[in-house]
Amino acid sequence: MAILVRLNGEQRELPDGLTVETLLGHLGVKATRVAVEVNEAVVTKDRYPVHRLSGGDSIEIVAFVGGG
Amino acid sequence: MTDTWSIGKYTFTSRLLVGTGKFPDFPTMQRAHLASEAEVVTVAVRRLDLAATGEASLLEWIPKHMTLLPNTAACFTADEAIRTARLGRELGLGDLVKLEVIGDPRTLFPDVVGLLEAARVLVKEGFTVLPYTNDDPVTARRLEEAGCAAIMPLGAPIGSGLGIRNPYNLRIIMESATIPVLVDAGVGTASDAAIALELGAVAVLMNSAIAGARDPVMMAAAMRDGVRAGRQAFLAGRIPMKLHAAASSPMSGLIGT
Repeated sequence: MAILVRLNGEQRELPDGLTVETLLGHLGVKATRVAVEVNEAVVTKDRYPVHRLSGGDSIEIVAFVGGG
Repeated sequence: MTDTWSIGKYTFTSRLLVGTGKFPDFPTMQRAHLASEAEVVTVAVRRLDLAATGEASLLEWIPKHMTLLPNTAACFTADEAIRTARLGRELGLGDLVKLEVIGDPRTLFPDVVGLLEAARVLVKEGFTVLPYTNDDPVTARRLEEAGCAAIMPLGAPIGSGLGIRNPYNLRIIMESATIPVLVDAGVGTASDAAIALELGAVAVLMNSAIAGARDPVMMAAAMRDGVRAGRQAFLAGRIPMKLHAAASSPMSGLIGT
């Protein structure tokens, strides 16, 4: 089974049953250097293992970049 | 006694705040940051490039003693700015935010209506809000009433290097505000930074003037000194401007009289 989500603005198919934590693992992203928002609400780091993703979710994974 | 300044729960000695954008490379940025002796550094929040994970992270190149000031640059609505501020707090684990709500892509002038709206929400959520705003004293007053920790009027448009274009408005903002006023944006060279501090700004924030200089490290040092000179001149109290001369040598006792 797969779910369809919007990830950083792009449609993407993900395995069903992922949490934020397993999504980051799936993408090869280090959790320490990103912040995650699902459906316009921040998911705090302590919630990564328990926040389950569903079809239709809009997910943003962000990091710090250079700026003024 | 050390000459310090405070915003929220933070106290700083350096009156120069620097950015992390537009540097030719991370090592140059790091050397410039160290030369600037700044204690606060701005960063932006953007989507992670999912195809490029494992690349060098900006944070690894920011000296550890510096305080991160996440911005909401390029947000055009209060809602985008609020969401970006929340993500920045989650990333940086601090409550400081340089709040920008931009109203026009060509000038990057602030949308002060959206700015006030976002400021009210973020103050309520416990953020220490530093709003980038116009040099408008009434907006400055509204931002102070909204609970912002400082006011950051622009000297000139972001990245323009035009310097301090409206010193008189800045002075009105400074004499009216009971919270720190920082000049943010527009500085082109060291004398601009000095002018900002001479006017009474608590500090000055800049990115392009350092990052875009031919030698960013040397310019960072020049800015450090310009800020220091401007602050000292402000504290020392400049002489009033006069239309006519006031001789500094005695007018009497001249030979041949």
